[in-house]
Amino acid sequence: MKFNTKVIHEGQGVDPVTLAHVSPIYQTSTYILPDYAAAVEANKPGDPGFHYSRTKHPSEYELSCKLAALELTEAAVSCASGLGAISLASMNLLSSGDHFIFGDVVYGCTHTLFTKVLPKFGVEHTIVDMKDPEAVRQALRPNTKMVYIETPSNPTLKCVDIRAIADIAHSQEGITVVTDNTFATPFNTNPAELGSDVVVHSLTKYLCGHGTVVAGVVCGTKEFVQSCRAPYLQTLGSTIDPFAAWLVMQGLKTFAVRMERHCENAMKVAEFLEGHPKVERVYYPGLASHPSHEIAKKQMRSFGAMMSADIKGGMEGAATLMDNVRIFGLATSLGTVDSLIQHSPVMSHAGMTPEARHAVEIYDNQVRISVGLEDVEDLIEDLDQALSLIRHA
Amino acid sequence: MDLNTRVIHEGQVHDPATGSHVSPIYQTSTYVLPNFKEAVRLNQDVNAGFSYSRFGSPTVAEFERKIAALEGAEAALGTASGLAAISIATMSKLGAGSHLIFGDVIYGCSFTLFTQILPHYGVEYTIVDTTDPEAVKKAMRPNTKVIYVETPANPTLKITDIAAIAEIAHAQKDVTLVVDSTFASPYLQNPLALGADAVVHSATKYLCGHGTALGGVIAGKQAYIDRCRMPFIQCFGSVLDPFAAWQIMQGMKSLGLRMERHCENAQKVAEFLEGHKNVTKVYYPGLPSFGKYHELAKKQMRGFGGMMSVDIKGGQDGAATVMESVEIISLATSLGNIDSLIQHSPSMSHFDMTPEERHAVEIFDGQVRLSVGCECVDDLIADLDQALNKIKL
Repeated sequence: MKFNTKVIHEGQGVDPVTLAHVSPIYQTSTYILPDYAAAVEANKPGDPGFHYSRTKHPSEYELSCKLAALELTEAAVSCASGLGAISLASMNLLSSGDHFIFGDVVYGCTHTLFTKVLPKFGVEHTIVDMKDPEAVRQALRPNTKMVYIETPSNPTLKCVDIRAIADIAHSQEGITVVTDNTFATPFNTNPAELGSDVVVHSLTKYLCGHGTVVAGVVCGTKEFVQSCRAPYLQTLGSTIDPFAAWLVMQGLKTFAVRMERHCENAMKVAEFLEGHPKVERVYYPGLASHPSHEIAKKQMRSFGAMMSADIKGGMEGAATLMDNVRIFGLATSLGTVDSLIQHSPVMSHAGMTPEARHAVEIYDNQVRISVGLEDVEDLIEDLDQALSLIRHA
Repeated sequence: MDLNTRVIHEGQVHDPATGSHVSPIYQTSTYVLPNFKEAVRLNQDVNAGFSYSRFGSPTVAEFERKIAALEGAEAALGTASGLAAISIATMSKLGAGSHLIFGDVIYGCSFTLFTQILPHYGVEYTIVDTTDPEAVKKAMRPNTKVIYVETPANPTLKITDIAAIAEIAHAQKDVTLVVDSTFASPYLQNPLALGADAVVHSATKYLCGHGTALGGVIAGKQAYIDRCRMPFIQCFGSVLDPFAAWQIMQGMKSLGLRMERHCENAQKVAEFLEGHKNVTKVYYPGLPSFGKYHELAKKQMRGFGGMMSVDIKGGQDGAATVMESVEIISLATSLGNIDSLIQHSPSMSHFDMTPEERHAVEIFDGQVRLSVGCECVDDLIADLDQALNKIKL
């Protein structure tokens, strides 16, 4: 099956009771068991049917099967948010006394989880610039259990070589490679094909695509996904609501066609911004000027629709742009049909200190743009009129 | 205001934009900010408004206001499930090297969290019979940070004296008493008024009441809830979906009516079961035969609730006969629904404990747990009677 067909049909079964084409929303907390033997069976380890919605329910399971198929993994488990997925995967892999390695540019709340929450529970980490895969090798310790990759990274779109990093990580026994593939999506990259053991997504973004739901997914081997369900999802309780799962599936139907337009629009917006006198620098993997352009060409089928831009006139210049756009919404989040703009230092990456941000090129005059599916001429015109209001630049 | 009025009206604001009587469902991941200044303001104070639904959303905030008001708390945090509430309420106060005390009879998945997950992160624990305050006092250590009590306890309905445990907790600096009040609901018991620092609920149960949504909530002091929100729910991502929150609020409108009927029906069912020839023991706080727990329940609860456990003659086979022969009552895990449910605690809710651990705390193999619903009680009694009479001894 080719990608578009897969996106629409994979994992979907016609409801055997009513023949409903679209699956019902199983808005129920529990499942009635036919007899006592079934109750005993339901609580055995492994992959039983449905008995209580916290660890697995039909709407969640259908969505997860679709995502496993798109990410080319054996299995998947969906949960209440992208951070729900990231914390499930990493807490499953790490314990007190363990060590893990992650990239120097990751989503702000991931950074908070890794640097403020996990250390409280005795988990050590090393932050490395993964642009050079050898830096990962140098950071390896005997107690390293996880290498965590985000590519393209949020917000500077730094791309790292998943294959090279996975090879280095796997040179030592007992290390699991986890890749956050939210920005690229399975439309552009399949980290599992490149050696990543686990793939996580914020489904809130491109996969849902309509900004209606907060959700996440962990994709990996059957065994890993089952251990994410029980005991981790079972005890951390970050379950996706059935209606939310159903909404993600609705959004997913148009995922492939949306991604084509997202990428096409983004390329044009990036080229426009690069030529604009009020813009200092554009961070977009599709531009030849982007330091990660070559690796992006190698491991992405197209370049996605996220970019950042350094605006002339410092933070005030950025504020002028954000306050004056009319079609773009000033909002955190990304990957929605509607175009959004935000200020990474104050919004998505507020948990980092200014020094930590500046060291990884998250500057105070930087905005992050999520290019939507509007007519690209309107988007360019909107950015142009807002940029032209910046003074003294 | 009487409790019934408060259950219906607390926290509710009629939508100013449309006048809509029932609040809209804010099924959105993000919020469009009027200008950059507002983004800066929200970054400094997460309670100042809405910026991203993982940190808070209008629908979930209304649910939180309702629970805070009903529990007499400064603030509350809605979560994706009861276990999400329990994991955040405890982990926000624990770290590697700290110590937790919890009761010997608690819900099975809470037991799994405390005995299988938290020890991975360097958290030590002591299991005690919290119905014996002296035992709690003896278990205290200099590094004790959380005492966790479930009352009435799942599944044997033991009652812990919240005020007595609060006194012990607060004799030492920086110890948080967390009470799981799911079985009582805020209609029957307010742990904070008795000295607890935090109360948690599985909103899946009586609060929602209809078995349609999973949800959880933590209520306590503002500073404590702020920390549960940032960084804990921010990083664990176990966020409550707006549609789920809305359903729970719909359910809560009838909380008072339902709880009155649950209690009334349960008392009659318990009395009937106690007199039945095929029943060995009934565990229900409303029965004088429940001894000191009955006395304590009279003191700290406004009613005895709708939950009970029953030891059936004929052991596991006898219990299986009852569960398979009931016609109105359904064999399913979960509880607190308007529909009556029956389950086998040893193989369902408490399957993660070893048989020895279960037997030591009176969770016997012939024990069923009954969640008495709001059907006509005569029908429930007739259903149980015909099922019990099928037991061959």
